[in-house]
Order: sequence, then C-alpha cells, then structure tokens
Amino acid sequence: MVLTIKDLMSRERTYLPGSASCPGCGASLAFKLASKVLGRNTVYVVPACCFSVIQGPYPKTCINAPLINIAFAAAAACASGITRAHKITGRKANVVVWAGDGGTVDIGLQALSGAAERNEDMIYVCYDNEAYMNTGIQRSGSTPQKAWTKTTLGGKVQPKKEVPLIVAMHRVPYVATASVGYPMDLVRKFEKASRMEGFRYIHILSPCPPGWGMSSNKTAEMGKLAVDTCFFPLYEIEHGKLRVTVKPRERKPLKNYLLAQSRFRRTLSEADVEELEKEVVKKWNQLLELEKLDRIV
Amino acid sequence: MGEWKLINANQAAAHAARLARAAVIPAYPITPQTTVVETIEEFIHEGIMDAEYIRVESEHSAMAAAIGASASGVRTFTATSSQGLLYMGEVVFWAAGSRLPIGMVIVDRAVGPPWNIHTDHQDAMSQRDSGWIQMFVSSAQEALDSVITMYKVAENPEVLLPFMVCIDAFILSHTYMPVNVPDQAEVDSFLPTYRPPHWMLDPDLPVDMGNLVMPMEDYMEMRWSIHTSMEKAKELLNQISREFAERFGRDHGGLVKAVDLEDADVAIVSLGTLSSEAEYALKRIDTAKTGLLKVRMFRPFPREEIIKLLKDKDVVVVLDRSISFGHSGPLAMEVRSALYGIDEAPKVVNFIVGLGGRDVTYKDIVSMVNFAIKVPEDEVFPCYWYGLKDRIRSLRLKGVI
Repeated sequence: MVLTIKDLMSRERTYLPGSASCPGCGASLAFKLASKVLGRNTVYVVPACCFSVIQGPYPKTCINAPLINIAFAAAAACASGITRAHKITGRKANVVVWAGDGGTVDIGLQALSGAAERNEDMIYVCYDNEAYMNTGIQRSGSTPQKAWTKTTLGGKVQPKKEVPLIVAMHRVPYVATASVGYPMDLVRKFEKASRMEGFRYIHILSPCPPGWGMSSNKTAEMGKLAVDTCFFPLYEIEHGKLRVTVKPRERKPLKNYLLAQSRFRRTLSEADVEELEKEVVKKWNQLLELEKLDRIV
Repeated sequence: MGEWKLINANQAAAHAARLARAAVIPAYPITPQTTVVETIEEFIHEGIMDAEYIRVESEHSAMAAAIGASASGVRTFTATSSQGLLYMGEVVFWAAGSRLPIGMVIVDRAVGPPWNIHTDHQDAMSQRDSGWIQMFVSSAQEALDSVITMYKVAENPEVLLPFMVCIDAFILSHTYMPVNVPDQAEVDSFLPTYRPPHWMLDPDLPVDMGNLVMPMEDYMEMRWSIHTSMEKAKELLNQISREFAERFGRDHGGLVKAVDLEDADVAIVSLGTLSSEAEYALKRIDTAKTGLLKVRMFRPFPREEIIKLLKDKDVVVVLDRSISFGHSGPLAMEVRSALYGIDEAPKVVNFIVGLGGRDVTYKDIVSMVNFAIKVPEDEVFPCYWYGLKDRIRSLRLKGVI
C-alpha cells in the first residue's frame, strides 16, 4: 500500500500550530511530515538545535508527544536509554531523535556512532540545514563547500561530510536521505523506517531561508532543486543495499540552485560553479555505481 | 540474614545495584571503577540480574543514557571515576535538573595531568554544585548499604534528585573485606519499586521536558525547588538510615557519624577512608581529648549537625583530600562557614593531605592534631599542606609543614 497525501492529511497531528520556527523553515516542514507518519505513540529526543526553540518556550509546547531535551552531544545516547527502558517496561513506541546537523555530524557524532554500532532500536533523524543556524549561521561539518557562513566569510574550504554513508558503514538496517522538496519520498522513507527494527537513520535536507539567504517561500522549491541538480541525491540503503529513490530525468544546471541562494552567490566565481558541478556529477555517478552492487556493506 | 562474602567495595557496589533491581545500566570502564561494571556483566551473564546493560562508548553517553532510561520510569545505575566524571559533567548537571533519581558510584580518583589512578576527592568535588546528593563512605559494607539507602532517599517524591556514593580508589575499590550481602527479599521489603510520581516519557501523558525557559518564567523557581529538595534529603537520610539500621542491624550513621566526640576538646573532621584512619588515630592522641566527626553526606551539607556537634570544641582539624586551588580544602570551607558567627567558635585548622593517593597514616593524623593544637588563636585562616616532600618542606614556606 502506497501512502498518499490524502492519507497523510487525515492523520492526527502531533505538531500543533503556533511553533516558534522562522517563516519557511525547512526543519519545521520536515517535522510536520515525519510526525504525521510517526504518530502519537512516539517519544522524541531533541539535543540543542533549532528545535530546542521551535518547540516553543516553557510552559508551552507545540509538540503533542512526549519529548525530552538533552545536551548537545548526547541525543543518540539518551535515546539508547529510552529504548532499553522500553525493553524492561514492555512499552512499544517509536523512539526518535530529532537533531540538527551540528548535533549529528559534529558534536553528536560519537554518540550517534555508538548507538548505530550497538544497533539500538531507534529512528535517528538529522534535519540538515547545513550550518549552526540556531546560533546564527556558523559552519558545521555538514556545510557544503564554498558556502558562506559567519565563520567562513570567504566560503567554506572543505566539502560536506558524508554522514549517511558513514552511518551505513555501521551496518545498520536502514539509512536514507530525504528532502522537504520531495515530501512523498520523505514520508515513504519514514513509513518504511517505522516498520523496521534496530538503528534507522534518516538525513533530511532542510532549507533555511535566513541561513541560506533565500526568501521564505522558496523552501520547497530549493529542496526540490537540490535533488534535481543532483547536489543532494535521494537514496536509501536497506540492509546494505543502496537504491537511488529519485532520479532526475534530466539533471538541472547546478547554477540554478547555487545562485538562488546568497550564501553561494556571495562567494562563487563562474569557475567555482563549474568545479562544483564536476564534483556533483562525479559523486552522482559514484552513487549509481554503488547502486549496481548487491550490497555496499 | 544475608550472606557473608569476602569482596571489595566495587563488587559491593555491583551487588547493591543488583539488589536494588536497577533495570538499565549504561556504563563505560575506567580504572579503578572497572570491576563495578565487570561484576555487573557477570551477574547479567549468569542470569542472577535482570537488567538492560548498555555498553556505551563514553561516560558522557553513559549519563545521557541513564537520563533517557530514568525518564522512561526505570531505576538506573552507573559508575565512574575521575576523568570519566569530568567528561560526564555536562550531563551530570542535566540529570539533576531533570529531577531523575539516578544512582551512581564514584570511585574517587585523582584528576590529571599527570596521570594518576590513586585516590583523591578532586573528581567528586568538581560536581559539588551539580544538584547531586553526594555521600562519602569508608567501607565496602557501607558502600553497599548506602547505595540501597540512597535510592530510597533519592526516589522520595519530595526529593527526586540523583545521588552519588563516593568510594576511595584502591583503599576501598580493590581491598577485600567481609561484607554481609543482604537477601533479595530483605532489600525488596525495604526498597519499593520505583514509580516516578512526577513525569515520565509517556505517549499517553505527553510532557515536554526541559524546553527553553525565559528569565521571567520558572527557571529560578526550579533551582529553588532543587535546593529545597536537597534540604529535605537531609531529614530523610537520617530517618531512612535509622530504618535501615533497625532492619539490617548495621548503623553507619546518618548525615554524619560521631566517634568519641561528646566530651572531646578537639575534633577531627573528614570524608571517606581518612575517617577510618582518623578513628584509629584517636586512641593514640595523648595531648588532648579528641573525637571524630565523619561527614557522610557532603551535599546537602549537614551544617546543623556540624554546628551542634562542633560549636563547643576548642580546635577542629579538617582533613581534605582535595584542594580548591587558590583557597583551601573544600570540606574546611564548609565547616568554617557553618561555624561562622558562633560565639567563641572553635579554631578551624585545615590540612591538605593524601592528594593523588599519597598515604596518610594514623601517625600522620596524630602529628597533624598535635600541630593544630599549637596553631596560635590569632592565626588567620590556617590551612597547611601536610606530607609534601622534604625538598619543598625545607624551603620553610608559609602553609607547608
């Protein structure tokens, strides 16, 4: 049975109106979609990230599900404690980490790797807005090459850390990338993940209007362009088997994506765009090669 | 009742976790705590303990997992030491702020650099203001009994704070002593199952725990509430320790334990195994009638007992196995401040001793007491390093004897 928008609309929402997110927040959109799939029987773990604020200040909250806020580096470990406690109490519920890219690929990577290696029964979600946005746009390990942030004024030198593949190398049952620009691909991945057991990892590209320098009505469009230019490919790795889930019929020029965002526009020369495009094509082809393998791990 | 076993304090701590029916145990090894986690592994492997054991990848994760488990409504135990406790520090505070009665054994060890695995209280002192109840013990039996007692204190709805039972590295952690290990039924009838009365991560009763609090909201009230619960823990510990003594026939004292203190003119005040050594020294001090006040609970601090039991003494000798650099020993600071403002308050003489596991014998304690008696009344804030090497002592510096 394939999930449709209509099915999703009719589901109970645990993400209530009145969140404290910025207008056009990609992470907020991602949570809205994911929480509809996950439903009410879900325990959320949130480390320091935009969602520490988005959930709303005490004594209010816009999340109608149990949620524990935890220190920056500690989300996957805290969720490990919850999922093990459920084994003792017999509770059956989704245990979901909802973390930003800083809390995932940088400061939280150790706890994430530990939980993945132990194959703890949880869904770990990284909503990736590609920088420390909650603290006001500083570079993270997930910031793409050449992107301007307040700590990379000339553009980031290093390329983005490939955390979904790093997690896959832990031999976990499920890893997926998703984008808010492809909502049905995203919800299907959550639906699949929630039916599985063990450590599941979903990495969502979440455009950030103030951090990326784009208007707040471009979130979905930018999330889509990232995929259509092959800048952020959508794939899943199920028990080691990689499958690219969205293949653009015709790859769009990368400049359509980059130049629509001031974080790139302010640092890029034409030569830079060309060079980045070469990298994108190379990585895309590598991914297609990986897809041909029986198992990548 | 119970069974006598020849075990060390680390094994005693593991037995305590088993008997308390701790159900989730996230732990990471560090010398000299390792045999706590190894013994728990043996218990689980042999099927005599029913617990989820999370072999985490760091102490930071150990405490974060303990928070997740405790917040899901199960009794949780872990243990660490020294660098491990420091690394865990951020989430140590988080556990107290979340009002989760997690139990932890700290095998007190020196902090580096340089590396030193021997006993020292600097690690525990670093977490003094974390909101954890801190208890120091001086035998393997007391370690076992205190963990069980402290769960009952910590889980009381008026307390709901985590606790650490601090045992001295090697002197307790690796020294075998006869220990009476109680029967499961005895412990079960003393310590009820943990049922969180406040909040837990329950989809039927969703609570958002720990979200942002603005200055005009309840942050300060939450801090006040932790402080108030700490005060409540003092009352409860005395009461629950008496209950424990009646049931199990072993009395380790409550917040403090006094030995020959009533008609003494001089009092020795100390934590952990320095107290056992001091107790042995008492009979060998012939210069003044000397008693001992062993401080068991360091946080909350038993200031009422300190005032009541020490106010009439002439000299109070405080032995500190840690140092607040640039000031004095942490225990001496607390004792001095408790006695401040009392008419004819005793002279408080502080000794910094035994750092990094340097041996402190009863002979040393006798000579410190004899020295303290001779410290002039008008000397301001006497604080001495005792036991430094001759090359430093020969410099005849202030504050070194």
